[in-house]
Amino acid sequence: MTRADRIAALKKAAKERILILDGSWGVMIQRRGLDEADFRAERFKDHPGQLKGNNDILCLTRPDIIEDLHNRYFAAGADISETNTFSATVIAQDDYHLDAEAVRDINLAGARIARKVADEWTAKEPDKPRFAAGSIGPLNKMLSMSSDVNDPGARLVDFDQVYQAYRDQIRALNEGGVDLYLIETITDTLNCKAAIKAIMDLEAEGLEKLPIWISGTITDRSGRTLSGQTAEAFWNSVKHAKPFAIGFNCALGADLMRPHIAEMARVADTLVAAYPNAGLPNEMGQYDEQPHETAHAVEGWAKEGLVNILGGCCGTTPEHIRCIADGVKSVKPRVAGERAKALRLSGLEPFELA
Amino acid sequence: MTEADGRPTAQFINIGERTNVTGSAAFKKLIVDGKYAEAVEVARQQVQNGAQIIDVNMDEGLLDSKAAMRTFLRLIAAEPDIARVPVMIDSSKWEVIEEGLKNVQGKAIINSISMKEGEAPFLEHARKALSYGAAVVVMAFDEQGQADTAERKFEISKRAYELLTGIGFPAEDIIFDPNIFAVATGIEEHNNYAVDFFEGVRRIKQNLPGAHTSGGLSNVSFSFRGNEAVRRAMHSVFLYHGVKAGLDMAIVNAGQLDIYDNIEPELRERAEDVILNRRPDATERLLEIAERYRGQKGVAQVKDMSWREKPVKDRLAHALVNGITEFIVEDTEEARLASERPLHVIEGPLMDGMNIVGDLFGSGKMFLPQVVKSARVMKAAVAHLLPFMEEEKVRLGLQDTSNGKIVMATVKGDVHDIGKNIVGVVLQCNGYTVIDLGVMVPAEKILEAAETENADMIGLSGLITPSLDEMVYFASEMQRLGLKKPLLIGGATTSPVHTAVKIEPKLQSAPVVHVLDASRAVGVVSTLMNEETRGPFWEETKQKYQRVRDTRSGGPAKARVELARARELAHKPDWAAYTPPKPSFLGAREITGFDLATLARYIDWTPYFAGWELVGRFPMILEDDKVGEAARNLWTDTQAMMQSLIGEDWLRPRGVAGFWPANSDGDDIVVWTDETRRTERARFLALRQQMEKSNEKGQFALSDFIAPIGAGADYIGGFAVTAGHGEKEKAAEFAVKGDDYSSIMVKALADRFAEAFAEALHERVRRELWGYAPDEALSGEDLISEKYRGIRPAPGYPSQPDHTEKQTLFSLLDATAHTGIDLTSSFAMTPPASVSGLYLSHPEAVYFAVGRIEKDQVEDYARRKGWDVATAERWLAPILNY
Repeated sequence: MTRADRIAALKKAAKERILILDGSWGVMIQRRGLDEADFRAERFKDHPGQLKGNNDILCLTRPDIIEDLHNRYFAAGADISETNTFSATVIAQDDYHLDAEAVRDINLAGARIARKVADEWTAKEPDKPRFAAGSIGPLNKMLSMSSDVNDPGARLVDFDQVYQAYRDQIRALNEGGVDLYLIETITDTLNCKAAIKAIMDLEAEGLEKLPIWISGTITDRSGRTLSGQTAEAFWNSVKHAKPFAIGFNCALGADLMRPHIAEMARVADTLVAAYPNAGLPNEMGQYDEQPHETAHAVEGWAKEGLVNILGGCCGTTPEHIRCIADGVKSVKPRVAGERAKALRLSGLEPFELA
Repeated sequence: MTEADGRPTAQFINIGERTNVTGSAAFKKLIVDGKYAEAVEVARQQVQNGAQIIDVNMDEGLLDSKAAMRTFLRLIAAEPDIARVPVMIDSSKWEVIEEGLKNVQGKAIINSISMKEGEAPFLEHARKALSYGAAVVVMAFDEQGQADTAERKFEISKRAYELLTGIGFPAEDIIFDPNIFAVATGIEEHNNYAVDFFEGVRRIKQNLPGAHTSGGLSNVSFSFRGNEAVRRAMHSVFLYHGVKAGLDMAIVNAGQLDIYDNIEPELRERAEDVILNRRPDATERLLEIAERYRGQKGVAQVKDMSWREKPVKDRLAHALVNGITEFIVEDTEEARLASERPLHVIEGPLMDGMNIVGDLFGSGKMFLPQVVKSARVMKAAVAHLLPFMEEEKVRLGLQDTSNGKIVMATVKGDVHDIGKNIVGVVLQCNGYTVIDLGVMVPAEKILEAAETENADMIGLSGLITPSLDEMVYFASEMQRLGLKKPLLIGGATTSPVHTAVKIEPKLQSAPVVHVLDASRAVGVVSTLMNEETRGPFWEETKQKYQRVRDTRSGGPAKARVELARARELAHKPDWAAYTPPKPSFLGAREITGFDLATLARYIDWTPYFAGWELVGRFPMILEDDKVGEAARNLWTDTQAMMQSLIGEDWLRPRGVAGFWPANSDGDDIVVWTDETRRTERARFLALRQQMEKSNEKGQFALSDFIAPIGAGADYIGGFAVTAGHGEKEKAAEFAVKGDDYSSIMVKALADRFAEAFAEALHERVRRELWGYAPDEALSGEDLISEKYRGIRPAPGYPSQPDHTEKQTLFSLLDATAHTGIDLTSSFAMTPPASVSGLYLSHPEAVYFAVGRIEKDQVEDYARRKGWDVATAERWLAPILNY
């Protein structure tokens, strides 16, 4: 299958059923109990500072683990698995002093591993093709929020730097063979807009066009993103990307995420996707929500016709994904409603003029 | 509605123009002078006055326009009450527009692009607009120049529309500006400009589907600069006709638009003659009368006082619902004179009003701060009636009546009472008599008061963990005495689980109910007061608590690690590669230099709102759809109190901090008398995690973060701060006046100041006093999310749940002498607005929760403390795993 075929298959599958994304990577990697040497391998043995905790680098230093995780999630019933490249930008990797070359290699390797495993599953089960989504995470530095209590205008990075960092990541993910981009866990919409611009510019320059999935994060009960936007304002800010899918992930468990997904289902004229955490963390920072509990909640959304893609974020495991996949197997995907055309703008809140 | 297209005129969009250096001299001066804070206020006013979008323009020769655009947009991004609306990025230079686009997270409007320099640059800008995700204003401007006739305005717009939609630009994101030019300039060719504009708008709206129209309004009246009244009349008339023609939006001075019908008829007619070019002498005629209006501003904004016209009963209800005390005494007096008995005023209009408040609160349409304000009004009214009622009582020999009587207290050893006071106020609002015994009340006293007052039920409150034990004891005392009065449990550390598992089994003679928050209190109390509902409710609660107990005992026991094993798995930093930083002084020092104004900057406001049962992150909460209005009003009242509080020094912050040579010895932390590290001065005991952890982190104890004996010259710090001196007096001052709202507010603020003091002092410790992070520069947000090196764990909190460790800390710091903070029998600090804790500096030090511990550790801890096991079990009761 060429990539164009795969993208067509993805779009076709999305019309027929609810697609399943994989679950959390952090917890699964943590459970391996890796040590510093695992993170370094030969290539980074003399690298200054600690590398332990830099999960993305495992694409290069322990590709076997990454491959295994893709396998486990595909085996659990995921249609789409994400590359292990959530923080693979020069800005986020600056914490570990990785240079642009190493960052590019992580993205390339991450994409290739996911590509390979997905292709193996597709070959094995041609009726259920598997897809690799290039994970593009938020940054540890934000464009809309101040970095200094005494100066609300202070920023640690500017748009051009964020744009360039994402641009490099996107190019490498594309080259490594991903089927779609997943800009996820968006805490600051302006960061996301820089990533969108990078994609649109690269495509204008001739890079193969891939579907874009945009997933924001509503951080708490205030019902806003960290940078303060409501769900609809967020949609208005990013819909120019003409995304393949839009939705939310992380921060909240399914129960608290529901109203925001319902709101997105109301306003968005594209696929709606959700991958909540396994509840809220307990006082130890661990997630207690059991697979069937998460699955039960999101199954409800599916039956109400709110979603097209489901998966899991922090604290979810292959078992959670298996339960979710089983639960929605025969549920019809949401059909987006027609919305009258209008001038729709946003600040922190939506603006509409018919 | 306009007849033409059925579009409601209310849909017309005001775009705020005052944040435009080309249109506002005042704003320009602020920006040129670098007074950005004041410039931000201009934006805020525009939004407050109804601007639905704000236009930002920095095109001024004296400025680095790009930098000014960036700075200003970043600053307003930090103001939720401004940033909620979209921005119109206005510049004649594309590079300034692009800089603007790089600094707005929302979807903005570009103002503007045009075909002035041909199609290629026009389309290039449009494509960029698409990739940034912005709508565009397209000026009616082409290679030949700006369009002045209706024909040219439309033709240029049509050409632009076809080009844009041709590259996939959404039609609905295109806004045409067909150029508003000045009229009444004395030049005859200009007279028809407004008419041409209207006609251009009409044709655009009819022929270019989806597209919108806009314009810069102030241009039209340019020739009447300095004559506000005439300009405003022209603006209103222009908009009136523009909207009829299909104008969707205009850049206006929001808040300075007069209503068309309210313009003085002569002025309106002559302005209309000019705008519509109705007669050749229109300009002269407007000039004739213009001088009369010079110097006049618009209509002053007045408060809506129409409710004062209503009957007294409605006025009382209005005052109660809106929390207005201004007229309450005169209205109450008027009602009293009209009533047979003063009591009838309470039972009639006042209770009717409070019932409305209760209903609104119950249905989530009013929020706690508003209810407490209503209570203040109610109290003022009742206070006015009291002398008359006393007099009547003496005269007629009457008895008191009330819905029921509740004795409330914060239990022995605990001093926190904000939550209890709030519940008290809410109950009083609902006609209950509340006997508040205050704080640190021994069980015997509460029981005695419940008897002598013949109370219907008892409410206990507590905030620190030892209070839980005291409540268990209280329940067993009630059982022993066979009391039948329902017992209500509330306060921050209490929970339905603790109530079910620990308290309820001790008490069978009466119902025990955990009350989650003030909004639930009335429901619970009224259910228990009612003879018919009390039994079923008690039964239901009993069953619920039984289920809680069953789930807990039946659930899988969480795997625990034996103490010896846990110690092997301790977190072990690489001490060989680490040199502990040395503090700038040793011993304890009183801390000075933090005044209230300084501390105010460190306040984390989110918990403050939570204290008022308004949940949401500050400042976003101010714009919240549901609680935003309540939050904003509370915020306004709070800011007002902050002014007096800071200005009049209501609170006197005092603090002490100290550092001592220290090393860990197993799970203990030895504090040495001096650097020779030979003589032990004191010992802090740590508790170690025993839960089985699925991550690779160790089993933490605080001692893990201090170098072991022989592994280096490490140190430990400690602090105690209070903002509570003066709080009690001030709160009492308000309470006496019946103003519980302000009384609770003072207490809540004192708590915030104490926390802020701890945060500010910790920063100074990191940067100067201990000095291991001299260059740290963190935002308030980062401070709140604790993104710094080092921790300040407090005894009694999750990292060391044993409150008694405060004793060691206080004696090392000589804290009571330095700060006036005392410890109660349960080791609560008093004044309650106080914070204390240890300082640990190791980069790997993190906050953690000890969690539940096993008997082996309790026995070990008892041995180290010199306690018997029973004593250890009492102090560690909340974390025992057996």
